[in-house]
Amino acid sequence: MKKPKPVRERLSVVGLTGLTALTLAACGGGDASSTSSDAAADDIAVAATDDACDVASSDLQAGVHQFTVTNTGSKVTEFYVYADGDRVMGEVENIAPGVARELRVELPAGDYETACKPGMVGDGIRTALTVTGEAATLDQDATLAQAGTDYQRYVQSQTGALVEQTTAFTEAVKAGDVEGAKALFPVARTYWERIEPVAESFGDLDPIIDGREGDQAEGEDFTGFHRIEQALWETGDVSDMGPYADQLLGNVQEIATRSDAVELSPLQLANGAKGLLDEIATGKITGEEDRYSHTDLWDFAANLEGSEAAVQALRPYLEEADPELVGEIDDRFAATEAELEQHRAGDGWQSYDQLTDDQLRGLSDSITALTESVSQVASVVAGK
Amino acid sequence: MSSNGLSRRRFFGLAGAGTAGVLAAGATGGVIGRATAEETTPTAAAAATDAVPFSGAHQAGIVTPAQDRLHFVAFDVTTDDRAELVEMLRAWTAAARRMTAGQDAGEVGAVEGGQYDVPDDTGEALGLPASGLTLTVGFGPTLFETADGVDRFGLAARRPEPLAELPGFPGDAIDPAISGGDLCVQACANDPQVAVHAVRNLVRLGAGVVSVRWSQLGFGRTSSTSSAQATPRNLFGFKDGTDNLKAEAPKALDQFVWVADGDPGADWLAGGSYVVTRRIRMRIEPWDTATLAEQEATIGRTKKAGAPLGQHGEFDPVDFTKQVDGEFAVPETSHVFLAHPSNSGTAILRRGYSFVDGSDGLGRLDAGLFFIAYQRDPGTGFVQVQKNLRMDAMNEYIQHTSSAVFACPPGITSDDDWWGRALFS
Repeated sequence: MKKPKPVRERLSVVGLTGLTALTLAACGGGDASSTSSDAAADDIAVAATDDACDVASSDLQAGVHQFTVTNTGSKVTEFYVYADGDRVMGEVENIAPGVARELRVELPAGDYETACKPGMVGDGIRTALTVTGEAATLDQDATLAQAGTDYQRYVQSQTGALVEQTTAFTEAVKAGDVEGAKALFPVARTYWERIEPVAESFGDLDPIIDGREGDQAEGEDFTGFHRIEQALWETGDVSDMGPYADQLLGNVQEIATRSDAVELSPLQLANGAKGLLDEIATGKITGEEDRYSHTDLWDFAANLEGSEAAVQALRPYLEEADPELVGEIDDRFAATEAELEQHRAGDGWQSYDQLTDDQLRGLSDSITALTESVSQVASVVAGK
Repeated sequence: MSSNGLSRRRFFGLAGAGTAGVLAAGATGGVIGRATAEETTPTAAAAATDAVPFSGAHQAGIVTPAQDRLHFVAFDVTTDDRAELVEMLRAWTAAARRMTAGQDAGEVGAVEGGQYDVPDDTGEALGLPASGLTLTVGFGPTLFETADGVDRFGLAARRPEPLAELPGFPGDAIDPAISGGDLCVQACANDPQVAVHAVRNLVRLGAGVVSVRWSQLGFGRTSSTSSAQATPRNLFGFKDGTDNLKAEAPKALDQFVWVADGDPGADWLAGGSYVVTRRIRMRIEPWDTATLAEQEATIGRTKKAGAPLGQHGEFDPVDFTKQVDGEFAVPETSHVFLAHPSNSGTAILRRGYSFVDGSDGLGRLDAGLFFIAYQRDPGTGFVQVQKNLRMDAMNEYIQHTSSAVFACPPGITSDDDWWGRALFS
């Protein structure tokens, strides 16, 4: 966690709310629970297995579409619709085997990719998707205003999975299933770490959900993810963790509800993208975040994905305003991902304590370079 | 998207309540950082090369206008023999008296002895002026009683109650290997070689009695302790110490820095002070990639002039009620807001130095600020300020990696006086 601090906004983005309502660009639901006032024109079947992702249609008319993703594989999967640069137009997370879920998304004319991610890892199984029809062109103000809406959709897709996985985690803890809880701990945290800039803005909840031992003020109890992590890995005895598990789940549900309502300004998005990289540099590279479980690389990956999602929400604007910077950011995200990819272990990541000094140095250097580039986004956005 | 539960109104309320016994609310503005009618001339060296007087009611190196360089060293006492310790303190005092005057450490000198004598000075300061050298000594809690309760020198009953290990604070990453100590020496000078020379020769004189526990170099001062000095910038690039306690405000120094008659341990410590040191690693990479607005909101001052946000000049008074565009100019999570005497309810004399200790093995500079603060009581000084910094936005960018506290006896007042005489008598 970061020390609580309010997210600041120095710029006023004129007419942000009004423009959002008028814009023609994507504003579809983030997951099955979201609703859109626009009627879906169709229902496109997606057959997802462990090694295939068959989308019933690869050519669509511009407008609102509904995808129904049926997972007949053995692994939990995810389904994404990506615009250029892997900007997420819509996604459904956490589709368990045997389950069908719906995604409603508005797609302006353009080239897209769909992707299933069996095991919820990697780039996924990609298929091209072409959308034709009236091309929606937005002026710069509208493009910028759209970024907050796009990112809000991302946050909403993450909070649903956060609550589901935290529920599973806390149930395992309460059932005394130590191995099950250990396996679920980094998975639940993934959804938390991806949206930290939003979650952290609730300074009352962040410390009790994600505080580390020793961060508490005098008289405050050590609670949340890391309290349970300590019990799981230090003693293996979670018999007295029930109240902490209940409290954690309650707080996560609360923060999910509040986060869903948050729409960040473009400058807040830019700062959030950098803030997530700072989290990696100060907490994950040093192994301080998950000091008992050493699952820091899971959080590393999640922070990185969350940062990229925030940048991608701004991408349409950045491509107009500073294409060179976009290229540099793309390259450096790719370099960091390549560095991280060397440490993949199965469906997850190597334990922090297995990493050599040289490997940590490589990860650190890539984050330092990426942060330099991403930090430039704020001034491009503010230059508006 | 804001609100962290700390309302400004509540803070002002707390400040009012928390000042009892320490500070009368509202009195700070006139006392701190401002010259008063009783203005006195600080014991400043006229030029950077001059000597600072060694003797006086208070040890030099506290309100002495902060010199540019630091070498701080903490020692473990390795003997259990009280007489040996006393003998060393006498020898240290004599050497310090000479070195602060710009002379060699020993009576003979680095090159004046016989060919087969071992020189009584190491020689690297030959030809260098006094350079404003001050040497300030302090006694740690473990000198009086070890961590496991052993009273090695018959001093346990004389430990003043405020001389105790500091409590832990949220976010601390304290490394015991560079914390604590039985004794300390703060060497400050305008030439780094002069400061290092002084420490090196005291270390040598202490062979068999003390051994170096940890030591810290500082390459640039981060505070001004006299209104005659320009305010320096720390490694965040901001002016630091604008509203520090200054030598020209003796009333404030009496209130906040010097141990007075009637205070715990006054029988040997009156006229002395407590020093707290904290090695504060700065996370300069996240800082350097933060926007100017973020940096200024974190500190609570402008970067260029050092003015409190909402004001224009560095020495304009901080006004926490001032609003700009409907928001408070100085954010309530800013460092200035939380650390300022009117909200922390106390004041300390800061005397820190910037450091760069190589790299951290992750491709980043291991840089920061070696924080030094003098106060009349650590409990109502540093500890009170630090407790108030829990919500400090600056915590994002710093990490405390060492901690120590020492009681610094009063100054040397006569030719046969020595450091700690009143304590060991």
